[in-house]
Amino acid sequence: MYYLDPHIHMVSRVTDDYETLAKMGCVAMSEPAFWAGFDRGSIDGFRDYFRQLTEFEPKRAGWYRVQHFTWLCINAKEAENVRLSREVIAMIPEFLDKPGVLGIGEIGLNKNTKNESIVFLEHLDLAMRTNEQILIHTPHLEDKYKGTRMILDMLCGDSRIDHSRVLVDHVEEHTIRHVLDEGFWAGMTLYPVSKCTPQRAVDMIEMYGPERLLVNSAGDWGPSKPTAVPDFILAMRLRGHPESLIRKVVYENPIEFFSQSRGFQFTPPEVPQTAQS
Amino acid sequence: MTAPPLSAADMLNREFLEIRAGILALGAALDRIERASGDTADDPRMARIKQALARLGGERPGRAEQVQLIFSLDYDQAWRRTLGVDRG
Repeated sequence: MYYLDPHIHMVSRVTDDYETLAKMGCVAMSEPAFWAGFDRGSIDGFRDYFRQLTEFEPKRAGWYRVQHFTWLCINAKEAENVRLSREVIAMIPEFLDKPGVLGIGEIGLNKNTKNESIVFLEHLDLAMRTNEQILIHTPHLEDKYKGTRMILDMLCGDSRIDHSRVLVDHVEEHTIRHVLDEGFWAGMTLYPVSKCTPQRAVDMIEMYGPERLLVNSAGDWGPSKPTAVPDFILAMRLRGHPESLIRKVVYENPIEFFSQSRGFQFTPPEVPQTAQS
Repeated sequence: MTAPPLSAADMLNREFLEIRAGILALGAALDRIERASGDTADDPRMARIKQALARLGGERPGRAEQVQLIFSLDYDQAWRRTLGVDRG
């Protein structure tokens, strides 16, 4: 089955992973900007990173006929440096009209601090001034519930924001309802230990239905599995769900959400004609 | 809402060994902590673990969501005032 991975950090993966993903049916992916594992020291570090996201990764994905899209921001872990964050936010518009840029992301909170909140609000303002879609990271483990509620409070407090153009990622059982009830899209991240399993993602599809729900791997430099979306597809099949429902979640939904961005120029894969006897 | 296509009996057949293995892993981990030197009786995480296990044994649905909340920090609706963050 063809699918899109809406959240995967390919800068952290080897080229063999692109080949594996292509073999497993991945036809497109979106890569939000994130934390490199260390705090970058200057605006030039981010400029180089954004060039990698908008120039080299689409090329590397293209070697395997996978279409690569991206989102730009300074992530929450580096937001404690408010001065650098503001420099990055001021520089982002240089890249917003590059091919494949879908919007601002993954912005959000990490430890739910004052500075993270300030930088999050300034990213929201940038997205509204530039008419961009938004992709949001929610915190991990014990911080997730509190941080997700804070994020929703900030989003709902800005009347300029069209909720159908915002994806709130890494939802779990205790946050998904809050996100969907406010009209946002929700992403379930299949990630060992700190996020969600394929089986629990299937549970949430059964409990909330497939509307405005996405599934991603968030494959990155940590222990993670870039082929987690095919794991979800298999879990759905083993649970007895029809192919049409699976396709809606892993293919049609991401296309519907991304199509709201002017940077989403997607070429669907050719579907082979049925052989005539 | 998308109803699970499998019956409850089919689901139990699929899940039984995994549930059994999960409960055994939990029991063994708790024994391991108890056998180790020192004391964790006053560690608030142990209280949360006991609370979560009690919730699993209850009859009400929504166990996963409730266990998530047991392991979560509370949300303060007045967080902006508490942190000193102006309205955006």
